[in-house]
Amino acid sequence: MSSQEIRNYTMNFGPQHPAAHGVLRLVLEMDGETVVRADPHIGLLHRGTEKLAESKPFNQSIGYMDRLDYVSMMCNEHAYVRAIETLLGIEAPIRAQYIRTMFDEITRILNHLMWVGSNALDLGAMAVFLYAFREREELMDCYEAVSGARMHATYYRPGGVYRDLPGKMSQYRESPWHKGKDLQRLNAWREGSMLDFLDAFTADFSKKVDEYEELLTDNRIWKQRTVGIGVVSPEMAQQWGMTGVMLRGSGIAWDLRKKQPYAKYADVDFDIPVGVNGDCYDRYLVRIEEMRQSNRIIKQCVDWLRANPGPVMVENFKVAPPKREAMKEDMEALIHHFKLFTEGYGVPAGETYSAVEAPKGEFGCYLVSDGANKPFRVHLRAPGFAHLSSMDVLVRGHMLADAVAVIGTYDLVFGEVDR
Amino acid sequence: MSELQNNSLVERLAARFGDLLKITVANGQATAEVDAQHLLSVATSLRDEAGFRFGELVDLCGVDYLGYGQTEWDTTDVSGNGFSRGVEGEAVGRFTWADRPRDVSIPNRYASVFHLLSIELNQRLRVRVFCADNDLPVVPSLTGIWPGVNWFERESFDLFGILYEGHPDLRRILTDYGFVGHPFRKDFPLIGNVEVRYDPELKRVIYEPVSIEPRVLVPRVIRDDADLIQAKAEAADHWREN
Repeated sequence: MSSQEIRNYTMNFGPQHPAAHGVLRLVLEMDGETVVRADPHIGLLHRGTEKLAESKPFNQSIGYMDRLDYVSMMCNEHAYVRAIETLLGIEAPIRAQYIRTMFDEITRILNHLMWVGSNALDLGAMAVFLYAFREREELMDCYEAVSGARMHATYYRPGGVYRDLPGKMSQYRESPWHKGKDLQRLNAWREGSMLDFLDAFTADFSKKVDEYEELLTDNRIWKQRTVGIGVVSPEMAQQWGMTGVMLRGSGIAWDLRKKQPYAKYADVDFDIPVGVNGDCYDRYLVRIEEMRQSNRIIKQCVDWLRANPGPVMVENFKVAPPKREAMKEDMEALIHHFKLFTEGYGVPAGETYSAVEAPKGEFGCYLVSDGANKPFRVHLRAPGFAHLSSMDVLVRGHMLADAVAVIGTYDLVFGEVDR
Repeated sequence: MSELQNNSLVERLAARFGDLLKITVANGQATAEVDAQHLLSVATSLRDEAGFRFGELVDLCGVDYLGYGQTEWDTTDVSGNGFSRGVEGEAVGRFTWADRPRDVSIPNRYASVFHLLSIELNQRLRVRVFCADNDLPVVPSLTGIWPGVNWFERESFDLFGILYEGHPDLRRILTDYGFVGHPFRKDFPLIGNVEVRYDPELKRVIYEPVSIEPRVLVPRVIRDDADLIQAKAEAADHWREN
């Protein structure tokens, strides 16, 4: 029998691959179907957000933050806005802090719904995606109600939030796609204010989570694809700078919302789920439970917000614009408005790092100001960037199909990885 | 992170490292400056020793201090013809490639800044290392201490050209294959140097010198007046009312 030489071969995964979650080019060295080495090439979505931010007044970059991790928009804004507030030495009114807490959690649910749907899709389950996007649509309506935009809200501002919650939810109009009973069902929650809508949503949502769980948690195929795959030990998680679910899935109960609370997280009641084995399945369970906990937080915020009206923006016209009515008759207000929108505001010289517990992990903003109306240096610490850097270590020895499970479990969005 | 924790961390740092670290506290956050030659020993101690236990390196980035405090509008003197809207772009990338500032003589232009997190003790620390040589900025790599810093150092190298000595794989990471220059340096124009387009005659994508003009929409201004102080006071008042 003649001997045959077997060689490793190199394979390109992406940059246009549905399971790469965006534009990831993964160069894999394969031994048969086993991954020997993985070299992710990133930067295909690099827009130089940090450099762009250096060339604009502080407020004009808030919208760029939405476009980093474009499935958890408001959490990114939160980190940036908080960094500016720290340097300015201002603090948002209590109501704004509750609104931020509530929208951070809405964002977390949005993100995890996207994750559970797309990850299940990657691993062969089509239906979960359809279920998850049904609820995602409802929450997108909240984004739209409050900011006018479904995704890129630019809602958080230094000193508070742009405006108070709307008293009315917009309703579906009759169309060939929405009519009759279907239309009634869709509009049933939308009769009252946004808080009424969220009340109805939170009361219903845990049942919806049960539905996703029914499709996946005890599903034999789902377990075969995730249990024991991509195991991260607690030591490895720390060495590789992992945060968020990647850390909690390995049994480390670390959550900035509890450990270094910001906004109103110290005043709401919730639990931090942790995993045991640190594999893809545990991280799935953690994310599912986080949705339930976020639901709890939203409920508490809704109750508080209903009972406590008040200002949502500091009344400091150097930072926040005056009311439009005031501008019509008050010279001072007009000048403030003009200065704020043409020149912006100077931020005292100094540096700060502010981090929030974004759905994907610790999203941080390192801000250096030299006293000008534009930041001197903005660095955005994206959780996905740190997670993806461990790809090579994590995926070695796994099968090719498991590489997809690992990419999925990182919960990557290339908007933030490439910035 | 409370003030109290920070103070005790600062005390511990001062007691352990003495003159090796220059420690400042601002906005409730501690910053330590360390010389490149002592970086590795200090970092190892910060990771391992009781009282620090910084098991996680959360973030590392480069900073280019060229033009720190530079403005495009003079707001202190009254000029004869008032403020002109036509501002010459000077600061932060608002210039063409040909006009980029060249004779740069500021000491310690580049710094590598990293943020440490101790999950055990719930404390954070920012460490800054200045690069001694502006023409060839070099700092030791931390990959041997926190392996997760690998990509962060690659990013800093890519965007600022800071070399991390001892890094196992110091390749570009975010910019395009074959990119020339380090785009986040302050003397790199925001509009870039080259643009790409598809040439139908050559039937391939070609690089050409950039054709657009840099613009300054909002000039960079540093105001030395009471605005900020007043703003702070007003915010504090308002906060009390709430």
